[in-house]
Amino acid sequence: MGAEFLKVEGLSKSFAVARGGPPLVVFDEVNFAIEKGEFVCIIGHSGCGKSTILNILAGLDEASGGVVIMDGREVAGPSLDRGVVFQGHALMPWLTARKNVEFAVRSRWPDARRATIDEICDRYLTMVGLAGAADKKPAELSGGMKQRVGIARAFSISPKMLLLDEPFGALDALTRGVIQDELLKICAATGQTVFMITHDVDEAILLADKIMLMSNGPGARIAEIVVNTLPRDRSRHTIHKDPQYYAIRNHLVDFLVSRSKVFTEQPPAGFDPLHPPLVTPGLPAAETRLALGAHR
Amino acid sequence: MQRSGRLAATLLSFVIFALFVAVWHVATLPTGGAPVADSEYSKLVGSAAASGQKSAMPSPKDVALKLWEHVKDPFFVRGTNDQGIGIQIAYSIGRVLLGFSLAALVAIPLGFVIGMSPLLYRAFDPFIQVLKPISPLAWMPLALFTIKDSATSSIFVIFICSLWPMLINTAFGVSAVRREWLNVARTLEVSPLRKAFLVVLPAAAPTIMTGMRISVGIAWLVIVAAEMLVGGTGIGYFVWNEWNNLSISNILCAILLIGLVGMLLDQILARLACAVSYPE
Repeated sequence: MGAEFLKVEGLSKSFAVARGGPPLVVFDEVNFAIEKGEFVCIIGHSGCGKSTILNILAGLDEASGGVVIMDGREVAGPSLDRGVVFQGHALMPWLTARKNVEFAVRSRWPDARRATIDEICDRYLTMVGLAGAADKKPAELSGGMKQRVGIARAFSISPKMLLLDEPFGALDALTRGVIQDELLKICAATGQTVFMITHDVDEAILLADKIMLMSNGPGARIAEIVVNTLPRDRSRHTIHKDPQYYAIRNHLVDFLVSRSKVFTEQPPAGFDPLHPPLVTPGLPAAETRLALGAHR
Repeated sequence: MQRSGRLAATLLSFVIFALFVAVWHVATLPTGGAPVADSEYSKLVGSAAASGQKSAMPSPKDVALKLWEHVKDPFFVRGTNDQGIGIQIAYSIGRVLLGFSLAALVAIPLGFVIGMSPLLYRAFDPFIQVLKPISPLAWMPLALFTIKDSATSSIFVIFICSLWPMLINTAFGVSAVRREWLNVARTLEVSPLRKAFLVVLPAAAPTIMTGMRISVGIAWLVIVAAEMLVGGTGIGYFVWNEWNNLSISNILCAILLIGLVGMLLDQILARLACAVSYPE
């Protein structure tokens, strides 16, 4: 069992709908853990509360119940320890790409010298392949480039953990593929711990070590955690040739299409929200136990 | 295409202007009517006008000559009631800028605070809604009574009329700053002061500038009326004084200058607004 870097215990979120009426429970009993250096994706239908979970992890939203513990400390409010890549790039349109990154770097290291700040900005803009467009304003950049600046900004503060809220949702398939590859490369190089929301099953299989499946809201739960058993050096070009790929993909799609609906009303026998089952659809049944043993 | 279009528009502008001057010229041609018998009246309005040979309304040529006179020597001072039109305009601009700047100094910080806090926004709203539609000149007696100085009172009137558009726009601009930019600042643990100056201010700047532009326009409208009321100096007083002198030419010159200065003030603020605007 690896050191649990991030621990989420009994997290719930509910809203008061009508005065005096019962509150609407978006999700409850959400428990999971992320190890250092792990890339975790969460998949589920709109309205299941994925974004709310991410915002709670970021400290931007408050949970109705439960705790989030990161690196031995409870998360209470936003922190520079967690970098966020927002769904809409959230760049400030009056600043150039470089100044947007610089704003983050200066926030992280207020006393750093000019040369140091420049060096950090350069490094991360180059990392996302935007060295040439650093002095352009967001309005002059394409959607993909804007999102890259957002990624550079999140990485530039060297956060302990990166939170990505459907970062590539608004991009065309081609651009998305390129940035996915880049993100994969960067994460492999930096050993970054990542929590990411996505709607895209293929994206999850390409990027994630573990894929958390969320049932539909209200009353959403983490139904199961799929371990991605594909080799970690996978790439967009070869991944679909691996026999495991379709097994995992079918499992995910099957969950999204049919099982996620019925799960909330009728959870399978023996389902314990404290320990959502770890599954390895990529492996033949006999190997599953072995693989899980190694994983936990 | 676009260039030739602009050329055509300019040309058309000249044609419209020429037509206007021509109609004006014809309308003010001497009619050769019978002389008026009342000698008191002829003394009062000038013999030419009284005799009916020439309308009291000046012709375009009269106005052009008068204007040239003013432009040639705009800054003379020959006594309290006889000062160059440039000096009068300068008085008015000075008052507008002073009142407007004071209003900006109050409205922008206050609007900032109101915009940041939904509670204050709601608490201040009824007062702003009631005070905003009050004609600034309605404040004049109150100002004269409390300040006891006519020049300062006119500045106060400018202050009060410039205040509301800037206050409302600043509060609105600040309260409408996109949530995601504020969230970026929150996740980066940006201090409140740094957030105010580096995120909220630039984000709200275009809206604030719009408020300033509206304010300066209103201030320039109001100063003429205010100076007519309080007298002494300024272009508004000049207009009223020339009305008493029955010098329509001078009044027309002043009207033209008021328009030009108003346009200039608006253009300056439009430039500033352009400088702080950002494409999304």
